[in-house]
Amino acid sequence: MMYTAPVTVDEACQLLASNSAAKVFAGATDLLPQAQAGRRLEDVLVDLKRIPRLMNLEVDDQGWTIGAAASAARLAEHSQLRSEYPGLVEAVALIGSDQIQNRASLGGNLCNASPAADSGPSMVVNEARAVIVSTAGFRTIPIADLVRGPGETSLEPGEFVAEFQLDRPAARRADAYLRFTPRTEMDIAVVGAAARVAVDDAGRCTDAAVVLGAVAPTTVRVGGIAEELVGSTFDEEALARCAALSSEACRPIDDKRGTKEFRRHIAGVLTTRVLRLAAERASEQR
Amino acid sequence: MRSHVTCTINGDEVEFLVDDRQTLLDALRDELQLTGTKEGCATGDCGACSVLIDGRLNCSCLVFAREVEGADVLTVEGLADADHLHPIQHAFLEGAALQCGICTPGLLVAAKALLDRNLKPTEEEVRYAIAGNLCRCTGYDKVVRSILDAAAEMRDSAVVS
Ligand SMILES: Cc1cc2nc3c(=O)[nH]c(=O)nc-3n(C[C@H](O)[C@H](O)[C@H](O)COP(=O)(O)OP(=O)(O)OC[C@H]3O[C@@H](n4cnc5c(N)ncnc54)[C@H](O)[C@@H]3O)c2cc1C
Ligand code: FES
Ligand code: FES
Repeated sequence: MMYTAPVTVDEACQLLASNSAAKVFAGATDLLPQAQAGRRLEDVLVDLKRIPRLMNLEVDDQGWTIGAAASAARLAEHSQLRSEYPGLVEAVALIGSDQIQNRASLGGNLCNASPAADSGPSMVVNEARAVIVSTAGFRTIPIADLVRGPGETSLEPGEFVAEFQLDRPAARRADAYLRFTPRTEMDIAVVGAAARVAVDDAGRCTDAAVVLGAVAPTTVRVGGIAEELVGSTFDEEALARCAALSSEACRPIDDKRGTKEFRRHIAGVLTTRVLRLAAERASEQR
Repeated sequence: MRSHVTCTINGDEVEFLVDDRQTLLDALRDELQLTGTKEGCATGDCGACSVLIDGRLNCSCLVFAREVEGADVLTVEGLADADHLHPIQHAFLEGAALQCGICTPGLLVAAKALLDRNLKPTEEEVRYAIAGNLCRCTGYDKVVRSILDAAAEMRDSAVVS
């Protein structure tokens, strides 16, 4: 195995183009445990962390640009990102211990393509975009199109994610993320639920969306949430109907962490709570 | 493939040869004989291998040795100076915060990472700061108390000096 640490995007693209057995990495917090478990390391590993663009974290009038290799700790430490995307930041801050936070990247979390990846639901609910690069140039895709299934992305050979983009949130709009784990900390999601809510002056819903994680091969955008909620003040009945929509939208598996029925039930419970949390935050924002 | 790495470890500039696939943990233990850093799991779960890289807490089992080119690394061996234990080490001894001791180097380094940025942590902050460090002997309570004691001690000496 050969370790390489390019300092420009171009150099990284060239390395990938000239070695079919090359693979990019950032924090290696998925890569190295998988190698320990017996997965063969690729012949050429391309460390993305010396490329300034990949480590960038920047906001302007157009929106946010988050380098694909920037660490979770750096995202969580950014106070403006925390106030504009509290749900995304709480999702990212749940990834492992301080040791893991200092390494884990959004690019790695999403491209590892685990159905339980904590950043997935928040990135999809906030309609983030991935900027993908190769020697052929750049292309931008909706985040929902990045992950195809467990361990599988839509990236072509020679491509990697350079950065993620998010719009600046409108006034009275906020997101939230909740997950259920058997232990309160340091565990993998049995269900994750992200919500994004917008309200008017009176606290009435003008838009809402819920995306679930860990209940299907990829994240699941729950259909019909906005239809149930727009015009409401998030009353019990409307939230209960949203919970039922979420439970129905799951296509979960049985495993040691939870049965299908349990996952369906929890998806409903988290939907109610995460919508309420996002609604509270949206009302507090001007 | 074998390559040279140059970095600072515990204040000393060092140069060593590593295999590209070697982790920082293996390089510390096998190439540099810095065996204070322990291996518990090699998968990022236990924290026994914790070191600071440019001031940030890391599992050295999840870092390729070649990544620390040019970096500043602190291992448990760098905590004490020639004659004196670090206040955190002293507090662990006084507070009986260890039994078998395999987790101790990692806990000491994690505690240092916390106290470097926050000399007045709450108990909850201490518990979060060591959440990535597993200990099968102490039940954590004496560890938490010792870190709080070390913080108090370090605050006092900061006032005096
Ligand atoms: C102890 C521990 C606890 C954890 N807890 C959680 C948790 O609570 N929640 C959670 O979601 N995850 C958790 N993880 C998993 C992991 O830490 C995260 O998925 C992390 O975000 C991965 O990021 P990374 O930069 O370390 O990825 P890497 O290991 O560097 O890469 C992972 C994969 O993504 C690919 N990749 C990386 N960057 C790019 C890019 N820019 N473009 C294309 N492909 C890329 C790599 O080729 C590799 O296949 C945990 C891991 C450990 C060891
Ligand atoms: S040996 Fe590195 S975390 Fe366990
Ligand atoms: S003292 Fe034995 S594992 Fe902590």
